[in-house]
Amino acid sequence: MKNRKTLLAGLCGVSLLLAACGTSGSDSNAGSAPGAQGFTPPKLAALTQLGQPEGQLNVLAWPGYAENGSTDSTINWVKPFEDQTGCKVNVKAFGTSDEAVTLMKTGQYDVVSASGDASLRLVASGDVEPVNTALVPNYNDVYPFLKNKSWNSVNNVAYGIPHGWGANVLTWRTDKVSPEPTSWSPMFDVNSPYKGKIIAYDSPIYIADAALYLMAHQPDLGIKNPYALDDKQFNAAVDLLKKQRPNVSEYWADYLKETQSLKNADAVIGTAWQVTVNLAKSEGAPLGATVPSEGATGWSDTWMVATKSQHKTCAYKWMDYIISPKVNAQVAEYFGEAPANSKACAEMTDKSLCDTYHANDAAYAAKIQYWTTPIPQCLDGRTDVKCKDYGDWTRAWTEIKG
Amino acid sequence: MTAVSPPSRRASAFFFRKPKLRLGILLSAPLLWLGLAYLGALAALFITAFWSTDVFTGKVVTDWSFDNFVTLFTDSVYRTITLRTVGIALLVTVIDAVIAFPMAFAMAKLASPRAQRILVIAVMTPLWASYLVKAYAWRTLLSGNGAISWLLSPFGLSGPGYGVAATVITLSYLWLPYMILPIYAGLERLPDSLVDASGDLGAKSFRTFRSVILPLAFPAIVAGSIFTFSLSLGDYIAVKIVGGTSQMLGNVVYDNIGAANNLPFAATVAIVPVVIMLVYLAVVRRTGALNNL
Repeated sequence: MKNRKTLLAGLCGVSLLLAACGTSGSDSNAGSAPGAQGFTPPKLAALTQLGQPEGQLNVLAWPGYAENGSTDSTINWVKPFEDQTGCKVNVKAFGTSDEAVTLMKTGQYDVVSASGDASLRLVASGDVEPVNTALVPNYNDVYPFLKNKSWNSVNNVAYGIPHGWGANVLTWRTDKVSPEPTSWSPMFDVNSPYKGKIIAYDSPIYIADAALYLMAHQPDLGIKNPYALDDKQFNAAVDLLKKQRPNVSEYWADYLKETQSLKNADAVIGTAWQVTVNLAKSEGAPLGATVPSEGATGWSDTWMVATKSQHKTCAYKWMDYIISPKVNAQVAEYFGEAPANSKACAEMTDKSLCDTYHANDAAYAAKIQYWTTPIPQCLDGRTDVKCKDYGDWTRAWTEIKG
Repeated sequence: MTAVSPPSRRASAFFFRKPKLRLGILLSAPLLWLGLAYLGALAALFITAFWSTDVFTGKVVTDWSFDNFVTLFTDSVYRTITLRTVGIALLVTVIDAVIAFPMAFAMAKLASPRAQRILVIAVMTPLWASYLVKAYAWRTLLSGNGAISWLLSPFGLSGPGYGVAATVITLSYLWLPYMILPIYAGLERLPDSLVDASGDLGAKSFRTFRSVILPLAFPAIVAGSIFTFSLSLGDYIAVKIVGGTSQMLGNVVYDNIGAANNLPFAATVAIVPVVIMLVYLAVVRRTGALNNL
């Protein structure tokens, strides 16, 4: 008996050692010293010239961005790309930006469609590298107001190719919700008539939606940017969400789960993407969608190349292809967003879409509060206070869900 | 024979003379497996729990600290989630035991040998279907205009909707076979003669059940409870599908890896069910349940 115990103890000891050796050293080049935007990115060079297509491409994309016929057999713009370039495309869809950041760390993906709340984290950790825009001919036609923004460039070095942008809309069942909402109030009011039928987004970044609401309804808090929140502002937003929780039927991260909830009227009002609304409507759910009076949070997405990518030529060909006028129009139309390519509007089947999504409208684009990663340096320019960083947002999110 | 002594023969003679070495080599492969793959993974988990993450870049910082444990114990939300998870696991276990016992009893003692085989297969069939399909089926059943609400509506009742109750129902359904089969195995081993003897001594059926069957079947019930309890404790998918806004320990682990990319804190939280299970196993070891697995 005694011997057996010693043996077991010895085994534990050995495995402890091995485990320690195996996992240490994973951290050597953390690049988060404060700099122009709160951090200095690791030194990486962009590709200088294209080579032969490598025959493979692993795409990490938002659902609806790289459709290969698996969601809807008639929707497929991946196949023409494969035929043109010989790059066989493997698509993996992700549900939240956080998931995308985690998946990019595996080094298995060549390109990613990153939103602003993911892009800077990817740049800072060295998971994506600068992009040589000269190798992407269609980049010339991208709207100027999307280029070299704080979420797709650092110190004027481009880290990706703009893809499209849009708002996180308010959606509701037209048969169950009346009058038609024009404000986020039904979502945040504790006495909402739609108690228990509200569906909200499941990610720490959703705290910004509460902050945006407070911007309009509690101006004395002085929120200028929903991603730059000091202690007091942050606590107010978190409190608002804690009060909202008993009214929420579900938090969604999977857009198909949300579609199902809206279709079955388990939820009658909620925050959604236009693509969810379109999908639920196509399946017969009577839905309305709008950007309410307070404005909305939104996304501006960027295709980025993984530093460790083994298929960089295919990656560049993909980035050029996905924002080419015709394909960019197809994606924008399917997903429900404004395209990045100024020539895409002419290619739309529904010519009114570009007006609906204000594609040409730089002023409108400026009004949307794009997802961006909260960092200790306040993004609204305040230097007298420290803002809550994404770690605080994440911890608060667990607390909100209770 | 003596002239030709192949190496294999010499080797076997050598090992014959050294029984301890022979045993050591025989056991080394399974012990390495246990040591490296299983205990090693647990050890790695335990070590990671003392590290932290740079939240912005998502890189693991290998500085030793107790911060994660301090957060785990001081933040009331984790206490709430732990209690909720243990509560759900206990409830699922009790519900499964109550449903499973009569079923297992009927299977083991009342059914004919042929019916027994069919019943065992019938109990096992749900295990052949995917977990996700079953969980989503419950999502559809529990939906506001799903079958359960439809059945209850004539009585002026409504379904439980999504939430803790829905999670308990779904998990109870999912783990039921894991409770029935050990109890069935335990009851089958219980000799009929004991029941007859109890009757001969004048015990009524309830007395026989209470004083003979239940004590003898108890270790089997506990053995089943180890499955239902530990499986519920670690689950995060069912609660994501039918749990509405509620979360369990598994969700905190999942969110910290999938969303926050905070592996160290996820490891810290993951230690909680391990500790709970160790305590549970230490308690049930006394009932002899582990001999029933």
